[in-house]
Amino acid sequence: MVYLTRLEHFNAAHKLYNPGWDREKNEAVFGKCANENWHGHNYELHVTIKGDPDPDTGFVFDVKRLGEIIREHVIEKLDHKNLNLDVDFMRGKQCSTENLAVGIWNELQQHLPADICLHLVKLYETPRIYVEYLGP
Amino acid sequence: MKKVAVFRREHFNAAHRLFNPAWDDGKNAEVFGKCSNPHYHGHNYELVVKVVGVPDPDTGYVMDMKVLSAITAEEVLARFDHKNLNLDTEFFRDLNPTAEHIAIVIYDLLRARIDQGLELRVRLYETERNFVEYPA
Repeated sequence: MVYLTRLEHFNAAHKLYNPGWDREKNEAVFGKCANENWHGHNYELHVTIKGDPDPDTGFVFDVKRLGEIIREHVIEKLDHKNLNLDVDFMRGKQCSTENLAVGIWNELQQHLPADICLHLVKLYETPRIYVEYLGP
Repeated sequence: MKKVAVFRREHFNAAHRLFNPAWDDGKNAEVFGKCSNPHYHGHNYELVVKVVGVPDPDTGYVMDMKVLSAITAEEVLARFDHKNLNLDTEFFRDLNPTAEHIAIVIYDLLRARIDQGLELRVRLYETERNFVEYPA
């Protein structure tokens, strides 16, 4: 079994805000991340798949194709966007890094070939903050 | 007189959009592309402040880095961190918040607080691969 990782990046605006709470409670819980007018990040995305190298190609999967799938189904939807307003798969969800990693996993799962096993979505919100999702 | 450069690195996260109010949406989209998204996008900005001078004979310091850190926090981070540069700051109401303009604004804010006998230069990273420096 070999693990293969592809790195991509995107820039986006967001805010952390629970519409079920009043402004005061949102600020108490989320602090400056609840700023009404948004803030933003340079996100870095690591996608890891696993499998046995194909005997003919030596590849777990064509990494160029993996990059295309990530860009077409994830980066296109997120890059230079407002995560709260512009992204179909985050609608109605809290735009935390945790939830975004789960959302990215679900998007990729739908578009990767059935025989490709997704292993890890690792998402950096800043160089010092990241989350990992290994699937349901 | 042996001059030495000292550097302080800081970071802040902010949302922005590139927009020239003198142009219509079509022209803004044409010139600024996805950077002009009306719902904003965002970055992890990294700021490097460079101060050049001769070390003080008593302290051995070009400038006390704790003081430089406090000035940068007050003048820059308090204004820009977790903010929308277009909406939440006074500087970019009529000035396009490109990395170039942000660097000039930061330089002017810091210049007013740092001993005129010391040289100052700021480098601002909008992403790891896009950065600007002022004065050039």
